[in-house]
Amino acid sequence: MNLAAAGAHPGFLSPTGVEIVFVLVGLATLGAALVTVTTKQLVHAALWLVAALGGVAVEYLLLTAEFIAWVQVLIYVGSVVVLLLFGLMLTKAPIGPSPDADSGNRWIALGVAVVSAATLVTLVVDAFRTTWIDLSTSPKGSTRVTGEALFRGWVLPFEALSVLLLAALVGAIVLSRRGAPETDEAEPETKQEGQR
Amino acid sequence: MSTTTLAALVPLLPFLGAVAGLLTGRRAPGYAQPLAVLPTLLATAFAITVAVRQGGGEPLKAATELTPTGDAALTVELALHLDGFAVLVAVLVGVVASCVQLYSTGYLRDDPRYASYSAFVSLFTAAMLLVVYADDLIVLLVGWEVMGICSYFLVGHYWETQAARSAAVKAFLVTKLGDVPFLIGIFVLATEAGTFRISGITGKLTAQLAQFELSHPTVIALLLLAGIAGKSAQFPLNTWLPDAMAGPTPVSALIHAATMVAAGVYVVARLLPVFAASTAALVVLALIAAVTIVGSALCALAQDDIKRVLAYSTIGQLAYMAGALAVADRGAAVFHLLTHGAFKALLFLAAGVLIHAAGTNSLAAMARMGGLTKTAPDAYWTMTIGLLALAAVPPFSGFFSKEAVLGAAEHAAFAGAHGAGAAAGAAQATPAVGWIVLVAGMLGALLTAAYATRLWLLAFRGEGPRVSADEHGREPVVMNLVLWVLAVPSLALGLAFGVLPGWFDGESLAPTLVTSVLATGVALVGVLVTYAAWRHTTSLAAARAPMGAVAAHPQGDPALSEAEAIATHEPAYGDIASAPDPSDPGRLLLGPLHGTAAHGFRLDAAYSALLVRPTRAAARLVRFLDREVLDAYVRGAGHGPRLLGALVRRTQTGNTQTYLGALLVGSLLLTVAVVLVAAGTGGA
Amino acid sequence: MHLAYPAVLAALLFSTGLYGVLARRNAILVLMSVELMLNAVNLNLVAFDVWLREELHTGQALALFTIAIAAAEIGIGLAIVLLVYRTRGTSDIDRLRDLREGAPDADGDDGPGSRPGDTAAVTSTTDSGRQTA
Repeated sequence: MNLAAAGAHPGFLSPTGVEIVFVLVGLATLGAALVTVTTKQLVHAALWLVAALGGVAVEYLLLTAEFIAWVQVLIYVGSVVVLLLFGLMLTKAPIGPSPDADSGNRWIALGVAVVSAATLVTLVVDAFRTTWIDLSTSPKGSTRVTGEALFRGWVLPFEALSVLLLAALVGAIVLSRRGAPETDEAEPETKQEGQR
Repeated sequence: MSTTTLAALVPLLPFLGAVAGLLTGRRAPGYAQPLAVLPTLLATAFAITVAVRQGGGEPLKAATELTPTGDAALTVELALHLDGFAVLVAVLVGVVASCVQLYSTGYLRDDPRYASYSAFVSLFTAAMLLVVYADDLIVLLVGWEVMGICSYFLVGHYWETQAARSAAVKAFLVTKLGDVPFLIGIFVLATEAGTFRISGITGKLTAQLAQFELSHPTVIALLLLAGIAGKSAQFPLNTWLPDAMAGPTPVSALIHAATMVAAGVYVVARLLPVFAASTAALVVLALIAAVTIVGSALCALAQDDIKRVLAYSTIGQLAYMAGALAVADRGAAVFHLLTHGAFKALLFLAAGVLIHAAGTNSLAAMARMGGLTKTAPDAYWTMTIGLLALAAVPPFSGFFSKEAVLGAAEHAAFAGAHGAGAAAGAAQATPAVGWIVLVAGMLGALLTAAYATRLWLLAFRGEGPRVSADEHGREPVVMNLVLWVLAVPSLALGLAFGVLPGWFDGESLAPTLVTSVLATGVALVGVLVTYAAWRHTTSLAAARAPMGAVAAHPQGDPALSEAEAIATHEPAYGDIASAPDPSDPGRLLLGPLHGTAAHGFRLDAAYSALLVRPTRAAARLVRFLDREVLDAYVRGAGHGPRLLGALVRRTQTGNTQTYLGALLVGSLLLTVAVVLVAAGTGGA
Repeated sequence: MHLAYPAVLAALLFSTGLYGVLARRNAILVLMSVELMLNAVNLNLVAFDVWLREELHTGQALALFTIAIAAAEIGIGLAIVLLVYRTRGTSDIDRLRDLREGAPDADGDDGPGSRPGDTAAVTSTTDSGRQTA
């Protein structure tokens, strides 16, 4: 299908509007992600993570996956990042730049990351350079469509997932409890878990 | 009880006694003596009963299958074969063993290891009786090997001394050296004859009608001969016997008179038709006998240790028996075996008394000691009787049996003229064999008389400070009693030459006139020459340098004095076998030969040069190869992983991120490899 | 739209997250980087789902599941980090090296950030930590 369609679609030199927006948002997202993993200020890292995750949500929207985009915003930006900020606070993370945010493995890590990026990008470009996504037809990721798919085809995994979440909840409570009498520090943690 | 039941009990009783003695010896030492003596005495009584009932008639046989072998027709059977030879030798074994056991109760009365010692003596006796009665070669071999291991334990009884330890190992190894060919010989013989039964084999060979012939008689006979030479201490495997004197005297008496060394000769006598089937084997046997007779007699003349003199004389007398077997006269051989068993046991036991009385085993030291005849009168008289029998002076027993041997040799030597058939019937001993044995026997008679005289003169005609009787504890009565018991057959057994042919093969054992006169004359010459030499050396060394460190406790246990005497001989005289004594007539008689003869003609040194040193060198080579070459690989196999392990261990930094990094690099490499391979195949 | 755009973006995001996982010292920052990687995967799932137009929308469903599991993972992960911080006084990954070759003992690597108190206090907290674990 794709091979047959490849010739009919425009090349990279004549981008559509959606493509231009996608690339621009993608660059912003990547930049935010890079700042997240390089900044010396821990709290800033969390905030830049919000930007990166939000950018990804926008990309979902551009890919017509509306429901996932809103779930992304809700769960990641809304709760995960808040949770991370709580974690930073509870571990008494310093406010302001901390010079030792990166470990001694930095250069190795950089090498591994660059090599893997090069490999993956090469592979992906090589494999999908002629593949075209048709976004013009009816939206594929509206809440209705996704909900139908989820509750028709994926009910059983969905329920299993709820059990997993419950188990994770219990596990988090057990782990963050310290001795029986002195639970003052663990309280907000469990509340946070329950909220999510 | 039937005769066969009695006969089965004869080896069984000492065996049970030995087992009981070994089991109870440590916990109840009080039972050790009755457990040692009573079964042996009872077995002797049974053996005598069996002998009387059998009476030299037809052989009694009884057999029951013991175990099958791979060949259905070739089973191992627990078989008894009671003919005249077997019953008489069994009586001899029983009597000597009883005497030795009785003697040991006095001789080792304070020995802490008496219980195990007496149990091993009982086991030894049982094994020998098994060999004597057995009709099956494998059963015989069992007894044969049990004797070997018992001799190891008994010779090594004084294991605190280095000499006893090495002597025990040597006795064991040298006899085993012969036992391996013996075992192979048994297998070849049984395979060819189709049975392990001795009576079956000899029956097939001697039957006139069957026309059965062994296909390799010489090979079989020579293989068997190797084992017999080892057991009976014939040249060239004779070296263990003199060293085995490091054991207690009763053990020497037992080994030498009736059991271990006699087993070899006895087996040849039983299997004589096999040997007679091969002329070459008989010639080899005759040559061995001749070399051993002369060589051992010369050695005996040079020894200083009284027990070593007797040991070499044993080798010589066994060689006489071997000579008789070489001329295919087993009647004469077993006759000599019986008389020799009696007088050699007597000599050894008397020597034990003498060693205790003198406190030394050195003849040179005894020659400087007066009054031994007074201190140990019983030993003096009985030893004189034994030496006279040994020197074959008529009418002592040794004379008749030795004359039977020499008569048989003469018979064979002039066989062409006489044209008479040999006893075993199958093969005729060649005149050459007869001549070899006859000449060696005559020479041996001369030398035997000489060393017997020397022994007697040095031991009892010494002059010097007297050893008074009260200074030494009196010998236990039982020891002297045993001596007199054994003196009777030494005196009188020879006169049985008229009766014994009825028990044996029927050949006459009466002394022939020519050989008797010749041999007796020669013996007298030996006696006189030695006496003259002794007078000469004694007068020459009138001012005898006091020598000889006598190191024995006057009131000590006899066994203790003997052990000390053995242990001190080498430090005192610089040699285990000889002493630098100028008044020794043997030194004058042997002249330049003395030095080598004292060391058994350096046979040990020859063995050392030929066998021990190459073996050691090979062992060193193997050790080098093993340590340096093989182990290098082994060590390398250990070091390599250890090095790798150290390297890998260094990567265990505990830092999770490095682990993860390495993991990712690896998976990246794999991904790239997979992609490349896929692209490659896709392109192709 | 070319499929290459979201795919390349996902690859780059993934590599960025990889760098963060390998290079960051604070455990919470490592968790953030893990989130980045998970998002890259989600982006791929959604893009391929849109491209393949499958009836069951497997890609979107899986993306949803991944988000849920990621939420659970972050909860458990933070709880572990908190526990480690409580017992060790630090949440720096390269200080948690008790499993290295030649480590003196389990508690021998307490860094300078260990909570105030003498050795007894440290052991008691360790004990309580073990009980809760």
